[in-house]
Amino acid sequence: MYIKEYIVAKTRRLTNSLILFVLLTFSHGAFAVVFDMREGVTDMSKRIQALHHISLWVCIIVGVVVFGAMFYTMFTHRRSKHPVPATFHESTLVEVIWTVIPILILVMMAIPATSALRDIEDNSDADITVLITGSQWKWHYQYLETDIGYYSNIATPQEQIDNLEAKTEHYLLEVDNPLVLPTNKKIRFLMASKDVIHSWWVPDFAVKQDAIPGFINEAWTRIPTAGIYRGQCAELCGKNHAYMPVVVEVRPEEEFDAWIEDQRLAMSLASETAVADRNKTWSMAELMPMGEEVYISHCATCHQPNGTGQAGKYPSLAGSEITTGDIAEHLNRVMNGQADTEMQAWAPQLSDLELAAVITYERNSWGNDANEVIQPMTVFTAR
Amino acid sequence: MSAHAGAIPGQRHPLVNFVLRWVLTTNHKEIGTLYLWLSFTLFFIAGALALIIRAELFQPGIQFVEPDFYNQVLTLHGLVMVFGAVMPAFVGLANWLIPMMIGAPDMALPRMNNFSFWILPFAFTMLLSSLFMEGGAPNFGWTFYAPLSTTFGPPSTDFFILGVHMMGISSIMGAINIIVTIFNLRAPGMTLMKMPLFVWTWLITAFLLIMVMPVLAGAVTMMLTDRHFGTSFFNAAGGVDPVMFQHIFWFFGHPEVYIMILPGFGIASHIIPTFARKKLFGYHSMVYATASIAILSFIVWGHHMFTTGLPLFGELFFMYATMLIAVPTGVKVFNWVATMWRGSMTFETPMLFAIGFVMMFTIGGFSGLMLALVPADFQYHDTFFVVAHFHYVLYPGAIFGTMAAAYYWLPKWTGHMYDERLGKIHFWTATIAVNLTFFPMHFSGLAGMPRRIVDYSLQFADFNMVSSIGSALLGLTQLLFLYIVIKTIRGGEKATDQVWEGAEGLEWTIPSPAPLHTFETPPEVK
Repeated sequence: MYIKEYIVAKTRRLTNSLILFVLLTFSHGAFAVVFDMREGVTDMSKRIQALHHISLWVCIIVGVVVFGAMFYTMFTHRRSKHPVPATFHESTLVEVIWTVIPILILVMMAIPATSALRDIEDNSDADITVLITGSQWKWHYQYLETDIGYYSNIATPQEQIDNLEAKTEHYLLEVDNPLVLPTNKKIRFLMASKDVIHSWWVPDFAVKQDAIPGFINEAWTRIPTAGIYRGQCAELCGKNHAYMPVVVEVRPEEEFDAWIEDQRLAMSLASETAVADRNKTWSMAELMPMGEEVYISHCATCHQPNGTGQAGKYPSLAGSEITTGDIAEHLNRVMNGQADTEMQAWAPQLSDLELAAVITYERNSWGNDANEVIQPMTVFTAR
Repeated sequence: MSAHAGAIPGQRHPLVNFVLRWVLTTNHKEIGTLYLWLSFTLFFIAGALALIIRAELFQPGIQFVEPDFYNQVLTLHGLVMVFGAVMPAFVGLANWLIPMMIGAPDMALPRMNNFSFWILPFAFTMLLSSLFMEGGAPNFGWTFYAPLSTTFGPPSTDFFILGVHMMGISSIMGAINIIVTIFNLRAPGMTLMKMPLFVWTWLITAFLLIMVMPVLAGAVTMMLTDRHFGTSFFNAAGGVDPVMFQHIFWFFGHPEVYIMILPGFGIASHIIPTFARKKLFGYHSMVYATASIAILSFIVWGHHMFTTGLPLFGELFFMYATMLIAVPTGVKVFNWVATMWRGSMTFETPMLFAIGFVMMFTIGGFSGLMLALVPADFQYHDTFFVVAHFHYVLYPGAIFGTMAAAYYWLPKWTGHMYDERLGKIHFWTATIAVNLTFFPMHFSGLAGMPRRIVDYSLQFADFNMVSSIGSALLGLTQLLFLYIVIKTIRGGEKATDQVWEGAEGLEWTIPSPAPLHTFETPPEVK
């Protein structure tokens, strides 16, 4: 064990000094550029980084030998210095040697890779299981031992993306509701998807697993240190693939348990508010601003802020059959979505009040003048 | 060529004659020229698309293109580079060179040769026209994973499917032609184990093409029926695993990778001995190594899919099989070094490109070996590290290989020497630019930047800026290449028949420029 740690430490020192050397030619200002694979915080991410270092050093050494030989021969066996070429063109012995040596090197690399892989694939004995469901373009987290579950959306304002505001530190890597996990517990992730293939990745845990519609994938981690860890969707999943961050907040165990309790309470509170909301009769003036807010944050990416949609892809809502036609049909489309398109079912994602507000907004904006209001109660009955 | 014909009744207009000559030609040299020019044109189109990508990624934030258009651009960049630039370039070289190298008067099936070329301009016009269709061009990446490309694909996906079918038919016909030519039209005395390595590598490539292009055709046909005829090949709602698409795609896709590099190996095996003035080291092991790589390429497809949830046994199998490829590939590199060893080298442009090919392809090989290690692949997969890896094997690999070939055989094709000084400038600027563009991608990938994203967080900004600057320079250097090629065609120092003093092979026994018809009576090979 001691020897292994020693080797890992030595490799790291060597790598670091090499990095430092390159860095001198490459750094600008006080901000140092990082050239290495991220070490991460879990045992597995550190093991994987060590594996990366082993294979990198094998490649560097082989590269130095091979390229060294090439440069040597290019300098000494050029015509000006070596006018008469040798005539050899075969040697079975040499060929056997440079077939066998690479095989030995490969076996040496395959051993630690195999052992790490066996541990990565051992999903048994988890303390907590989280079901992660990807959909265009957000994550949903469900704690399977409880009834807690919620969506996690990107929180970077559109103005920063459009270069209208200065970009803040965690540009594109910030969400409204991060996944909260406890330290030092074996956490099993189940990955699923509602539409296309996504891939949930947190580099600091070295967990990357595809979320595939119709199938459930598994991965696990055990995080020793509390903190906030950031990652992204890694598999091209449509137009907002770049805007599907993963943020994980890791808390000490007691704090995590307290958080779970808080969530339970919040859920029941939310449901009491929800009851009050749907028993009230809302006016157009109350619903419109609320509806606009919901529209901008959930619908406008595709249908555009001015409701015009995008020709051939996202239908226009201004003067469309749905938004000016039968209100029941409109409600149905928003709640249940349209199969096989990016129009998803919003019923599980929005509250009764939010749905009522956004539908009211859509029917009374951009020249649509239905002049009618839909109440949260109607939405509730339609559920 | 009656270009002076004018408007005499009964005779066609010269322009009509010119068009008909190129449309109807069955001559292997003319068809080779057509392939090379088509490839060159598409190389610039796909390169321009890449520059749009790099311009957008110059800084974080959305600068020039919307996310959906960005996805369309990166999809077309990949498709056009793979199927339009690299593959037709190698087929063009095969057309020009294989008959001359084996002492044949032409390809065995000249009419089919004409047909397999003329499908391509239509296929690519159709594919590129999808940019102007309602709903935009295909936007799911060149790997077109289901269900993003099936259920969620734009309407133009059907044009893409038809385009892929046409490219596939063209490739299969081209491959059949090459195999038939090599097996039937070799000059007397040229046994298989006396064939030049370019011919050998192309023979093996042609077999790969025949084996995998139908698989691709099957994949896109299944897509088509999933989209329109209610089947569920890749649709989870129909009870099927969408990952099956990836198995089928990569069963095509991995051999495809070698289709794009093996002819390059052949080219390097001609150029290095010529300029080292020494016979190729280990001819037999070169042939066997190429064949081994081709065979192994059929059992490694899973290494593109390590994060899709393969079982442990599957992951181990694909890891070991992939690592094994390093052995024959290593043998090839060592043999090239041994060929140079104690030779008497000069460094004309083709030699520079060939050495650049060997070195930088090896760098791409190194990162390929690292990617094979499954645990590490969980960190590398779908990041810019992968983008760096495959661009190293494709750009300084396949494309430098093609450029080496162009410089090496241009004097034979045109009868003129190219401008050596400009050629060297081209090599050095391209080499600097290629590394400036693609080397930083290793680091942004290791730092955690996923591929195919239109916008990125601030930590990746420096590397991306360097890459973008490099790519602009890289684009410019290829305009220089275009200029050099045109200049060589139009004039220049007269080339001798031998062209290079150290060159060996039948193509150097015929006049420069090579007349339209060569080896009408087969030469005798001792």
